[in-house]
Amino acid sequence: MEDNKDKKSRKKTTIETKEKKPSFWSCILNGIINENPTLVLMIGMCPTLAVTTSVSNAIGMGLSTTVVLISSNAIISLIRNITPDRVRIPIYIVIVASFVTLVEFVIKAYFPVLNEALGIYIPLIVVNCIILGRAEAFAGKNNVILSIGDGIGMGLGFTFGIMIISAIREFIGSGAILGHSIVKEDFRAALFVLPPGAFLVLSFLTAIQNKLKLPSASNKKEGCNGDCLNCDIHKNDKVIKEEE
Amino acid sequence: MELLVTIISASLISNVVLSRFLGICPFLGVSNSVSTAKGMGVAVIFVILISTAVTFGINNMFLEASGIFGLDLTYLQTIVFILVIAGLVQFLEMFLKKCIPSLYKSLGIYLPLITTNCAVLGVALTVSQDSTFSKFVTAMAYAFGTSAGFCIAIILLASIREKIENNDIPESFKGKPIVLVVACLMAIAFTGFSNLNIG
Repeated sequence: MEDNKDKKSRKKTTIETKEKKPSFWSCILNGIINENPTLVLMIGMCPTLAVTTSVSNAIGMGLSTTVVLISSNAIISLIRNITPDRVRIPIYIVIVASFVTLVEFVIKAYFPVLNEALGIYIPLIVVNCIILGRAEAFAGKNNVILSIGDGIGMGLGFTFGIMIISAIREFIGSGAILGHSIVKEDFRAALFVLPPGAFLVLSFLTAIQNKLKLPSASNKKEGCNGDCLNCDIHKNDKVIKEEE
Repeated sequence: MELLVTIISASLISNVVLSRFLGICPFLGVSNSVSTAKGMGVAVIFVILISTAVTFGINNMFLEASGIFGLDLTYLQTIVFILVIAGLVQFLEMFLKKCIPSLYKSLGIYLPLITTNCAVLGVALTVSQDSTFSKFVTAMAYAFGTSAGFCIAIILLASIREKIENNDIPESFKGKPIVLVVACLMAIAFTGFSNLNIG
């Protein structure tokens, strides 16, 4: 009997040391710092560029994406053991789309100004690569607590990233921070709140990251890199198709 | 004349990539060479036209209050449209593979990527929510204009990227930053169209 117990406990310890599951807090920090979706992985570029004309828009977009990310991560991780592998992507899409619809209702009801400003980009949270990417890479494989942590981390990391970009754009472009104008009108460069400014700010941010050798998608071969053709997610799909 | 105005304003004046930021991922990712950019552009035109026609029909027949259910189901648009688009792209891929193999060879690899292109869902949602596109013909003209705008933008970017490939670029701007600078200059050029007086 004792031998058996010993074996069991030994087995347990070996499994624990092998997998070394991350803790709740490390998941959150990972999303905000190490794998920041906007500044490091550079995924979810469409809302990043489109809604960063003012800090308040960016916060609204970031928080609604965070809510969708947390809830979809939680549900996907809850049903991960009963999800058939072949139809997992459509299932993920339906779950994400339902939560996006819920968030859209809440924004329409309580934040009409934000709804006006974000417009079509609220339903387009469905096709934000961050959400499906985390569902595929994290929530489909880990337990609920960790998935919620990952959702909080990634969501806050995204919010933080687009807040930085929008702060730069709002300050240079309309001379204001959070709507309070600081700079005189003569010293404003309206280009920065127009579409070209988004590309310019992002390009200089990544160039600075390259200069300082900070981890980012453009100086490290990991991450999305915007290169959809060589994306890992699609590689898996291709492998599955070839197997079929 | 009205259709022409819709097409020009959708493709040039409010270009889908450069002023509305839809479909940035393929715009930056698949623009390494002109030939792949052409393939992607044509595939996007193809998918947007078909998906807009289908989602327009579904929206008018089932989701609106005047549809056969007699209920206002427009709040289901997001869920229904993304599923329809995902299914449609899969179906198109299988159909082309079986029936038109030559077209499949040139467009095939781009088709699965288009599901996550937010321009497709963006056009479907805009058409169903904006009352100016309540007619089928104007909706299709808008869809064609938008996708043609995407095609123009991605081919232009790819040609510029091919030209600057061997240029002496500052070390920290190599790779993604210089592509974004190019996109910025293109966006500035395209804002010039906003003063175009048509119609």
